[in-house]
Amino acid sequence: MKQIYLDHASTTPLDKKVAKAMAVCQEKIYGNATSLHKLGREAKTELNKARKTIAQILNCRQEEIIFTGSGTESDNLAVLGVMRAGKSLGNHIIVSSIEHHAVLYTAEQLEVEGSKVLRLKVDKDGIVDLVELEKNITADTVLVSIMYANNEIGSIQPIKEIAKIIKQKNPKTLFHTDACQAAGYLDLNVQNLGVDLLTINGSKIYGPKGTGVLYVKAGVKIDPIIFGGGQEQGKRSGTENIVGIVGLAEALKIANAKRKIESIRETKLRDYFIKQVLAKIPKVVLNGSQEKRLPNNINISILDIEGEAMLLWLDKYGIYCSTGSACDSQSLEPSHVILALGRPYEYANGALRFTLGRGTTKKDLDYVLKVLPKIVADLRKISPVNVNL
Amino acid sequence: MKRNIKKSKDVLSNKTNEGWVYSSTVKKHFFKPKNLFLKDPKNGEFDAEGQVGSPQCGDVMKIWIKIQKTGRGRVSTEIIKKLKWRTFGCASAIASTSMFSVMVTEKGGMKLDDALKIRPQDIMQRLHGLPARKVHCSVLCDKAFRQAVNNYFRNTKQYNRIIVDGAKVIDKNLNITDKDIEDAVLDGAKTLLDVQKKLKVGVGDPSAIPEIEQLIKFYNEKYYG
Repeated sequence: MKQIYLDHASTTPLDKKVAKAMAVCQEKIYGNATSLHKLGREAKTELNKARKTIAQILNCRQEEIIFTGSGTESDNLAVLGVMRAGKSLGNHIIVSSIEHHAVLYTAEQLEVEGSKVLRLKVDKDGIVDLVELEKNITADTVLVSIMYANNEIGSIQPIKEIAKIIKQKNPKTLFHTDACQAAGYLDLNVQNLGVDLLTINGSKIYGPKGTGVLYVKAGVKIDPIIFGGGQEQGKRSGTENIVGIVGLAEALKIANAKRKIESIRETKLRDYFIKQVLAKIPKVVLNGSQEKRLPNNINISILDIEGEAMLLWLDKYGIYCSTGSACDSQSLEPSHVILALGRPYEYANGALRFTLGRGTTKKDLDYVLKVLPKIVADLRKISPVNVNL
Repeated sequence: MKRNIKKSKDVLSNKTNEGWVYSSTVKKHFFKPKNLFLKDPKNGEFDAEGQVGSPQCGDVMKIWIKIQKTGRGRVSTEIIKKLKWRTFGCASAIASTSMFSVMVTEKGGMKLDDALKIRPQDIMQRLHGLPARKVHCSVLCDKAFRQAVNNYFRNTKQYNRIIVDGAKVIDKNLNITDKDIEDAVLDGAKTLLDVQKKLKVGVGDPSAIPEIEQLIKFYNEKYYG
């Protein structure tokens, strides 16, 4: 059976070149990069090469790159590390209400520990309210964490503008952005962006899972959240995962090289699909902005039916996507992102996300456009619900 | 033997909170639901209907029933001749309603009083398990059935048989009842801490805690024991 993977925002397959680079590294390198002997030095050389590659792409210094174990860990380190190190400056953190849970739940934990947390609203397109942001930055605000592009609806935040607003209001307030979804599609030059901290990970850019980077601008005070051997300048202890890091660097290099062409290609496919699906199926709405969204992101709410049921039918046809429905989440809460757009619960429960990738073709999308209307019609037949648009 | 092993891969213990895979029985009922009702009912086609849930919370169940009465007076019995349904919901909502419809209509139809005794875990057992956090879906289908039956009692003027959900207030400050605690347990709460997280119960009224703990134990044994 055909297999059509449209869940690239969840994770991407490993690029063949990345797999090869990792295999070569795995074969040769097994020393601990902290060891002084030859095998240790060999590992250190590989580590430094990878660090240099990534630093070049982010346009930063090598010592500003911290390797971690995931995007989630990078987000945790940024939020907890900066807030704990900045206690003498204040106790206030601002996040957007549509952050990934890696930021949102970390902020919630800080709240339990006594910090003040402000969750910024977004508009119907999923873009943060800049006026509200400006208004809420105080002398007490230690950190602002706003994601570059959203994982569910692909909305892109005006990071440069946000950085400017923050620095103008309080030069001491630090700015972190989670760029996990942006990597491969948007500019990652930290000098252009004006951010102090930036998260990326391997598993969204055709690199290995279990790898992450946190860019930490020189001079930014950050406490570690993992203690031990003092690797990564004491900011992240634990023997470096050299094979993973080599893979991550290679993946980022490839993603950066393909960024422009792939963005144009996927944007065309995305717009084609959105137009067709809205025309072919009644009572469907697009979640998020039509323009200010990632080239690979499609998020629609199909009313009167439930997302998990659609997902499992699509799965039967070899089409793999995800849903914002409560039924598909551990917490049984529907997508906080769709709700933050001001959409009612039934929109979140009927939300499907298709995220395109390098392997996606127009033929794949045409197959989905053939299968999906039938599934929707069948499920609507058995549904007693008829929501008014 | 080999076949059994292959099959069992699909079945997940209903006690685990980690991920979920549906059993092959759930899949069968999800992809080919039994006793669906796709038209509008004709006059007299059914004796009563019931509906619970809302699209906001993710599940809506609608059930139609046809009851056949045999015998007279004290020896009369009511048999469920037909149970048809429609649902807005996830795979386990669809599959559990489908299974329920089979259970009450198979072998010539179940006695009404027996059907009212079907518990969510009986449906789950026939489905070869459901993930713990999905249990509340199947609980909805027996609630819709109970509502249909209550409507039937009303329609047939058997007012004394109408089943009223007795709820007892446990936490006076927050007006939380034993039903709320039952729902929390069905949603996966296992300990006092879990229930408190969901309901903030007992936080303002610590005197209620011993009774809450007893109820948590009771409902956990009832549904998962």
